[in-house]
Amino acid sequence: MTSELDIFVGNTTLIDEDVYRLWLDGYSVTDAVALRVRSGILEQTGATAAVLQSDTMDHYRTFHMLERLLHAPPKLLHQLIFQIPPSRQALLIERYYAFDEAFVREVLGKKLSKGTKKDLDDISTKTGITLKSCRRQFDNFKRVFKVVEEMRGSLVDNIQQHFLLSDRLARDYAAIVFFANNRFETGKKKLQYLSFGDFAFCAELMIQNWTLGAVDSQMDDMDMDLDKEFLQDLKELKVLVADKDLLDLHKSLVCTALRGKLGVFSEMEANFKNLSRGLVNVAAKLTHNKDVRDLFVDLVEKFVEPCRSDHWPLSDVRFFLNQYSASVHSLDGFRHQTLWDRYMGTLRGCLLRLYHD
Amino acid sequence: MPGKLKVKIVAGRHLPVMDRASDLTDAFVEVKFGNTTFKTDVYLKSLNPQWNSEWFKFEVDDEDLQDEPLQITVLDHDTYSANDAIGKVYIDIDPLLYSEAATVISGWFPIYDTIHGIRGEINVVVKVDLFNDLNRFRQSSCGVKFFCTTSIPKCYRAVIIHGFVEELVVNEDPEYQWIDRIRTPRASNEARQRLISLMSGELQRKIGLKVLEMRGNAVVGYLQCFDLEGESGLVVRAIGTACTLDKLSSPAAFLPACNSPSKEMKESPLVHPPSHGCRSTHNSPIHTATGSRLTQNFSVSVPTLIYTGMGSGSAGKEGGPFKALLRQQTQSALEQREFPFFTLTAFPPGFLVHVGGVVSARSVKLLDRIHNPDEPETRDAWWAEIRQEIKSHAKALGCHAVVGYSESTSICEEVCILSASGTAAVLNPRFLQDGTVEGCLEQRLEENLPTRCGFCHIPYDELNMPFPAHLTYCYNCRKQKVPDVLFTTIDLPTDATVIGKGCLIQARLCRLKKKAQAEANATAISNLLPFMEYEVHTQLMNKLKLKGMNALFGLRIQITVGENMLMGLASATGVYLAALPTPGGIQIAGKTPNDGSYEQHISHMQKKINDTIAKNKELYEISPPEISEEIIGSPIPEPRQRSRLLRSQSESSDEVTELDLSHGKKDAFVLEIDDTDAMEDVHSLLTDVPPPSGFYSCNTEIMPGINNWTSEIQMFTSVRVIRLSSLNLTNQALNKNFNDLCENLLKSLYFKLRSMIPCCLCHVNFTVSLPEDELIQVTVTAVAITFDKNQALQTTKTHVEKSLQRASTDNEELLQFPLELCSDSLSSHPLPPAKAVTVEKASPVGDGNFRNRSAPPCANSTVGVVKMTPLSFIPGAKITKYLGIINMFFIRETTSLREEGGVSGFLHAFIAEVFAMVRAHVAALGGNAVVSYIMKQCVFMENPNKNQAQCLINVSGDAVVFVRESDLEVVSTQQPTANCQSSCTEGEVTT
Repeated sequence: MTSELDIFVGNTTLIDEDVYRLWLDGYSVTDAVALRVRSGILEQTGATAAVLQSDTMDHYRTFHMLERLLHAPPKLLHQLIFQIPPSRQALLIERYYAFDEAFVREVLGKKLSKGTKKDLDDISTKTGITLKSCRRQFDNFKRVFKVVEEMRGSLVDNIQQHFLLSDRLARDYAAIVFFANNRFETGKKKLQYLSFGDFAFCAELMIQNWTLGAVDSQMDDMDMDLDKEFLQDLKELKVLVADKDLLDLHKSLVCTALRGKLGVFSEMEANFKNLSRGLVNVAAKLTHNKDVRDLFVDLVEKFVEPCRSDHWPLSDVRFFLNQYSASVHSLDGFRHQTLWDRYMGTLRGCLLRLYHD
Repeated sequence: MPGKLKVKIVAGRHLPVMDRASDLTDAFVEVKFGNTTFKTDVYLKSLNPQWNSEWFKFEVDDEDLQDEPLQITVLDHDTYSANDAIGKVYIDIDPLLYSEAATVISGWFPIYDTIHGIRGEINVVVKVDLFNDLNRFRQSSCGVKFFCTTSIPKCYRAVIIHGFVEELVVNEDPEYQWIDRIRTPRASNEARQRLISLMSGELQRKIGLKVLEMRGNAVVGYLQCFDLEGESGLVVRAIGTACTLDKLSSPAAFLPACNSPSKEMKESPLVHPPSHGCRSTHNSPIHTATGSRLTQNFSVSVPTLIYTGMGSGSAGKEGGPFKALLRQQTQSALEQREFPFFTLTAFPPGFLVHVGGVVSARSVKLLDRIHNPDEPETRDAWWAEIRQEIKSHAKALGCHAVVGYSESTSICEEVCILSASGTAAVLNPRFLQDGTVEGCLEQRLEENLPTRCGFCHIPYDELNMPFPAHLTYCYNCRKQKVPDVLFTTIDLPTDATVIGKGCLIQARLCRLKKKAQAEANATAISNLLPFMEYEVHTQLMNKLKLKGMNALFGLRIQITVGENMLMGLASATGVYLAALPTPGGIQIAGKTPNDGSYEQHISHMQKKINDTIAKNKELYEISPPEISEEIIGSPIPEPRQRSRLLRSQSESSDEVTELDLSHGKKDAFVLEIDDTDAMEDVHSLLTDVPPPSGFYSCNTEIMPGINNWTSEIQMFTSVRVIRLSSLNLTNQALNKNFNDLCENLLKSLYFKLRSMIPCCLCHVNFTVSLPEDELIQVTVTAVAITFDKNQALQTTKTHVEKSLQRASTDNEELLQFPLELCSDSLSSHPLPPAKAVTVEKASPVGDGNFRNRSAPPCANSTVGVVKMTPLSFIPGAKITKYLGIINMFFIRETTSLREEGGVSGFLHAFIAEVFAMVRAHVAALGGNAVVSYIMKQCVFMENPNKNQAQCLINVSGDAVVFVRESDLEVVSTQQPTANCQSSCTEGEVTT
């Protein structure tokens, strides 16, 4: 006796959260059944393995049919085939678009093209996430990217509107899209200590302050591209390190203000010029795409690592950066105060987030 | 020209991409009714076209309005080649034809294609302007309301229940016409869908005409079926119960607007006498069966032995003068009718006086091509024969009427089994005649009839019993005689006293049969049938006893014929009726008493059976009052006696074979184990696993003993097909396979719905078909309803019960104790004698039982949700309007079965689509639920080698508008009862 056909269709579509998770995690029906058996469900319910097999198959089939709709979540809301309560719809969408930290760290800042897809095999092996799940997550990134790529207005709002994600998840996707678009390097060994959350935090600050949308939300261009004009202008900051008098004055202003307040004062005093040169040079180089990509590598090399090797505590880093940015206002010969604030305001936030072990 | 149909095409959305180059579609719409077609403009390059068309107007006869569906076709415009069809929508405009139902159909309809399934949606508005037409010779019957619900619909009152209406129409099946060889599968499917839609419309109109002739205004319990007879044609047939209904809000009974007034009917000599009116279109009641080559007829009645020549049961001496009067009135009311049948399964209080038992008849026929579709006489004659037989069976039981009546067929190649069954009953005449003496009769009824147990009392003459049964005095009133077990096809009467809970009981059976042709095949089937009936009955009886119960409700026996086997599946809900005697246990007797080890084995089995009975009694909370024999004063039962198959071959002209299926003894039911078969039977009895804790199941509307439903419901359909290994199949192996299939299916359902615990599967409806040699298909539709565990033992005191309590003064004390115990733990304590739970159901006016429940916490009904349920009501809600019947037929075919996920993927998607289309139609009518939903047919055929599959599905139900009780109460808190108030505030606090 073999089962040729075995289906269950409810007027309200039944969604089993546990099976949905297994499906999202890319397990085959057989593996999912084995995992469910291990969870002790048979003992709890008195069901047989055959029942579990049939139930799992059924849910997988439903999810498979729903997947097409999940690719365009508003369709899931308007379709008539599956009657699903709104709270369940939200859960389906949110879980479908959720991603693994380990996975996102692998692809963050990479071009979301077919070439990268071939690397999914390697990522799967490296992270232990099934290839199927990797593919879903990668396709999600790519799909969101494609939809919002050419759109005006707020990136987060666009994502939320077209994919009906929660605020938190929409912000994460905004970061992913932003990183993919600007191709920031995040995979270097010295950046490995950073989490997706660190990058997402920086992305949000940069979207808020460094993009065209940040200046004028009515602009045709949007949140995804950095403000080219702004990047050009950043060259003007070079004077802060090129002009020796200005550099000395800046140093003395900072040192005066921080004397006795910093545990690592002597180290700061000794390193000031190096650090300042590093930060200003990063700004000046941002006109080149190549250097934009290396932004995080540069920040870590030029600032985070030197401070860390001298064992600066985070509170000292904060004191220093605050004073370092604020003191520029007292430099009489310096005319680019607004530009400096736009640059340093964001950079300070990023650096503080990036500064940890 | 009595009607104007107006259609407006508003917009489309989610259309499929028809032009690969642009990834877009140039869509336009054709609107067709009858022979008239309109077209919208082409909306270029969009998947969400906004046509916003003018009103397309069709001026048509109301006859056409009833018959024809509105056909909307969405196409993709192509300049160079033929336009490609995207899909179609068929809209049945019948609901717009009676005044009280929907006034407009407006909404998004899924665009359906028989090859691709649903492809986007279209927004359509439909209206009908009807002109009054008083022509009494007209052929239309606009205004007659149709209900699938097999009880009087909730917001109506039955003024008169007229009786049985039936009709059938036949046609050639387009799939088998010569042209099918040259046209595409799509064209063939669409021709079929359209034809069936037309035939259903015609059928409904003809039934409506009969109802008007009987001076009714509605059909309740309308059941329409298709017989796909293959080469020999397509039969659409319907039965129902004609009624005159009165809307509860409006006090006077009015016939619908477009109806000819009843006065005119009286004047018309054509409609007299009424008995003639029942079958107007075919004048001769019995046709000569020219078309059928097979004249051999065969019938079995369950569980009765029919004595030929037995008169219509005169009232026994214990009946009293009133009973006799009642009987006379009923008789005269029913005698006018050719078939005193009622498709209802639940009745207004007082309607059902006595129930005799199940009557059924089957007949095996050989199909022959229908030569003239306009003369469906052969099929008519077949059914007439069967109905005659049912009628005579009922008579033999001393009953004048048959209630819970239904008909079905099973077809395999050219052999067809026709089946009919119902419950013989004696009815109260007051609903059957014009209500002139209604008032005084009602009074007398209230006084004289102990309604709670009255229906259990035997209608037949005790001294001239139609079959050997064991009668005792009723355990409730102690005045009248009752049988030891009672089988019925109806729902449990609302006022019946039941002890404990009920449960689903199934008998399953397979019999191998040799492949044969024509007459030989039909004869072989005919010969097998009585044995199957007998075994099914035995199984039911054994299982009932094993559950410690004494009555079956909603009994439905389905016999399915296949190429090489016959399947029997009987489902019913077992209960313990307080009025009937306690069932005896099951005794096992061995044949070879000398063998010691064998004896031991027997006693071991006996112990197991006794344990099971004890366990079941605990599980279903069956603890009947212990009443000593002296108090009852019943005749001392005869000593134990073995049950025997009594077979009397009556040599009547039409070769009616009759069986005695009544198993004698009351207190001990003996199973003889004389061979391995019997051993198997006993084993299979014990292998039936009860549902996991927290689950109950029944195939009736509601579960006896549970009355605190929450509003959480889930209707579902589950389909399974198994392939038998064809090697040396035996009856035993086959039985085991079939049994496992059903049991596993149930187990899967329990597992899937575990989040709804505590929960009851209601209206569980199994359908078996044998699509191919080695395939068995089982389709189950049911609704799972969560109930409130904490109130599970709440008893509602009806006035009847109050009087009972007055009789025994110490009842109150006894009641309180177990209630406290049980409210915090569901463990079933042995309950004191008074623990007789009255199954309380909504009275037509009050819906009182819903009030007692606390308001559901999640009352936020979201827009667009359409509930579907096979029940006639929605828990926790009140139906405020019936919008008309939904009766839809779909065909889906694929030539890329693997790509669509195999057979399971294909059928899963199709059923989901069918649900979606039903919901869309209901929503467009302005409704938010379908009640009395039923999937009447699900014919699935596959050819995996060719990567093909085809499926036909037919569903029906009543579209309704419901309002949550909680919402109602919030609106009208002016005069709330104490109960209601408390539940309201509770609900508000929790939300």
